[in-house]
Amino acid sequence: MSHTMNRREFIKIAGVGASSLAFATPLFDFSKGEVLAPDTHPGMYSKRTPTYCEICFWKCAGWVHTNEAGNIWKITGHEDDPHSNGRLCPRGTGGVGMYNDEDRLKTPLIRTGKRGSQTFREASWDEAFEYIADGLKKIAEEHGPECVALFTHGSGGTYFGDMLKAYGSNNIAAPSYAQCRGPREVGFISTYGEGVQSPERVDIRDTRCLVLIGSHFGENMHNGPVQEISQATGKGASIITVDPRFSTVASKSKFWLPIKPATDLALLLAWMHVIIYEGLYDKEYVEKYTYGFEDLKAHVAGMTPEWAYGITTIKPEQIRATAREMANASPRVIIHPGRHVTWYGDDTQRLRAVAILNAILGSWGRRGGYYYPEKVSFKSYPHPPFPKPKRTWKDAYPGQYKLAGLALASGICDATVPTTERDCSFKGWIVNGTNLIHTLPNQENTLKAIDALDLMVVIDTMPMEITGYADVILPECTYLERYDSIRVSPHREPTIALRMPAAEPKYNTKPAWWMAKGIAEKLGLGHYLPWKNIEEKLDWELKQVGTSLQEMKRIGVKKFEREYDDLYPMEDLADFEFNTNTGKIELYSTAMEDEGYDPLPKYTHHEEPPYGYYRLNYGRAPMHTFSRTANNPNLTDLMDENSVWVNPKVAKGWDLKNDQYVWLENQDGVITKTPIKVRVTERIRFDSVFVVHGFGHTNRHLSRANGRGASDADLITRVHTDPVMGGTGMRGNFVTFRFEAGEEVSS
Amino acid sequence: MRYGMAVDTLKCVGCSDCVVACQTENDVPIGYCRDWIVEKTFGSYPELQLEIRSERCNHCANAPCVRTCPTEASHYGPGGVVLVEENECIGCKACITSCPYDARFVHPEGYVDKCTFCIHRVEKGQNPACVSVCPTHAMIFGDMDDPNSELSKAMATRKWKALIPEAGTDPKVFYLL
Repeated sequence: MSHTMNRREFIKIAGVGASSLAFATPLFDFSKGEVLAPDTHPGMYSKRTPTYCEICFWKCAGWVHTNEAGNIWKITGHEDDPHSNGRLCPRGTGGVGMYNDEDRLKTPLIRTGKRGSQTFREASWDEAFEYIADGLKKIAEEHGPECVALFTHGSGGTYFGDMLKAYGSNNIAAPSYAQCRGPREVGFISTYGEGVQSPERVDIRDTRCLVLIGSHFGENMHNGPVQEISQATGKGASIITVDPRFSTVASKSKFWLPIKPATDLALLLAWMHVIIYEGLYDKEYVEKYTYGFEDLKAHVAGMTPEWAYGITTIKPEQIRATAREMANASPRVIIHPGRHVTWYGDDTQRLRAVAILNAILGSWGRRGGYYYPEKVSFKSYPHPPFPKPKRTWKDAYPGQYKLAGLALASGICDATVPTTERDCSFKGWIVNGTNLIHTLPNQENTLKAIDALDLMVVIDTMPMEITGYADVILPECTYLERYDSIRVSPHREPTIALRMPAAEPKYNTKPAWWMAKGIAEKLGLGHYLPWKNIEEKLDWELKQVGTSLQEMKRIGVKKFEREYDDLYPMEDLADFEFNTNTGKIELYSTAMEDEGYDPLPKYTHHEEPPYGYYRLNYGRAPMHTFSRTANNPNLTDLMDENSVWVNPKVAKGWDLKNDQYVWLENQDGVITKTPIKVRVTERIRFDSVFVVHGFGHTNRHLSRANGRGASDADLITRVHTDPVMGGTGMRGNFVTFRFEAGEEVSS
Repeated sequence: MRYGMAVDTLKCVGCSDCVVACQTENDVPIGYCRDWIVEKTFGSYPELQLEIRSERCNHCANAPCVRTCPTEASHYGPGGVVLVEENECIGCKACITSCPYDARFVHPEGYVDKCTFCIHRVEKGQNPACVSVCPTHAMIFGDMDDPNSELSKAMATRKWKALIPEAGTDPKVFYLL
């Protein structure tokens, strides 16, 4: 294993003052925000401007309140927004810390000296753009523009994406697909002909029974579901939580099933068995809408609760009781599809099982089950057609991942490592708002890929591990200081939301649209981003849907009437044709069969931890989003390091005490770069440990985050790839405890 | 009029939104807080219970902090809310020692600080910041003397407890069970 991540070279990222502002005049006109007087702050008048949050991808709309001095004071939720209902989560409320963080990237930086030496010098924007444009031109000439890829996990991705498409590549990947929710989308599309989407189309508000498999809402603070779970349980809904850990939501549940990790599919199949063989399924619904019920029935014939008990450790009577609980609530029942579902490599099949279980309970298209969302049809500012790329990332994987609907970040990463079998490996990466070192599994492989690049550009607001590997770093201003595209999201009722700057960008930072346009112009491709500035673009787009930038600045969120009256189209068993081969809900998937995959989900046994090792499970804490918030002063004030959750029996065996620091070592001998605090708790099984993802930063420019806690990503060296769509299963890693640091090897 | 607050432990997920909202609303410096989260686990695997509470000053009707304050900086405000007049506070910390709930701290500017029930908002007809931000609607603020307030209704219909009742301070923050 390469230990380049352990380098301690000085990276000149921070410490640049505001004196290097490139423009004398402000980029934005701040005079148009709505002035409310007086606001609630004692003796203070303040202005509020609309935004939608960038701390996670729920994108709640809110108001940014600034005081008389023009400083951002607080952020509150927008009352008309269905994502937030006027209430932001702790991260959204603490978003102000992202703006105030003194460790922010402050000016463009260019690597000096030899590539890989990790030293930077300050540069002007013009110089940085020139450098990038030269690099891109060279790659286009030598290898073709298709050898450049964009990794993005942020709003600015739209603009860099357009710039890349103009340049001639459509290799645009978000880790939110292959490292997160991809299997869910493929599992549901192959069953219902459409996916779950984001925000998830689950009607938690009106459900009577919610089943969560590994989802830990309350710790995962996706605002909508957290609010609706509270609403639903207030009205008497029951929750069934399947989790090896007694999560917060498990503590609010009627049933907690502390399942043996990696066996969820057996439980799902046993639930189907009980529901079918006890005659509890929705017979009319199944008859009218589904295809392959008899095949399914035969398939699960032997998958009794007794069979599943031996696999899952969940007692047969508990499996029956929970199956009946769901059936009693049917059709107002949700077996929740989850979001981060890339666990064991058979994830698409597990999510197929979730989709099927919902179908036999008749919850899809029904109130309290899954609704049909709608969004405003929104036209983008016209531009000339982008050139058609000659190759895409998929060409690197002939015959593989045939049902992958979006580009695989991990696939592009793997295809960057040069081999003799491909005529072109990737030569350039543009990385926007995603800390790939912590996001992609198998860091050794990621670093190998980065080593092979001719050009790596990183756009971020904060110095992250990934910025240390860039050739050019472009400092983006935070979401509180910029315009972005209009948020157009599907929901029960369509809405749009505006993000506009509440304050001038601090330091020498700029918005993504401005950077993308600047680079496109240097490439002679400015005509593909033909608007003068973003205000002109947004205003044109907003006018197409009957509003304007001026109106949106005042109201922030606009609600639209639904075009179709089909929120719950299957409520009364109306005719409906699904977008599948058979036009039915495919319990038996013909699409999967056609591509050579199992048409009905099968349980496969996954490797178990060896003696003395424990399965590494990871998840969320309510006040953090991945590694993105790890240095936010407001949020680190709430939680500044993670801990490893250990069952007391395990702790006793290892003589571990609460708050003791240990290192974790995985099955491949990889040891966390930083130590982690032990949390001895009854709230976890004895065969697994749990850590909150996003800690263990090693970038010394993160003054609050550096060296605090440990990174689970360090330990995810073994990846179980989903053959259906290329998702990277990351929960097949096992760890043990070490009481001293691993050797630091310099490269 | 007696202001009080109820925190629904069945709804609270311990996300700390109340803590950040208070911090930004009231310019509480980083590193300090006027409200905080307590999590208690009961039982052993797999028979477990978890109680999560958002805690703060209890705005006691018989407040030891008010009694012990030598300068009358700590006082009862509108609706019985316990407040500190920062200009009169000499930072002697008698109130901090006397508070059974550990609800007070010394602000870096030298005076003692604590939850005010966001009286500046309440006087404008708004809820305290923590109540208004809570994603699960776990907190209810209101007038205990008004039988029709949401607070009075919740306390009349739900089981509840107060913290450290044996201290005899007559606290005004309640936990719905």
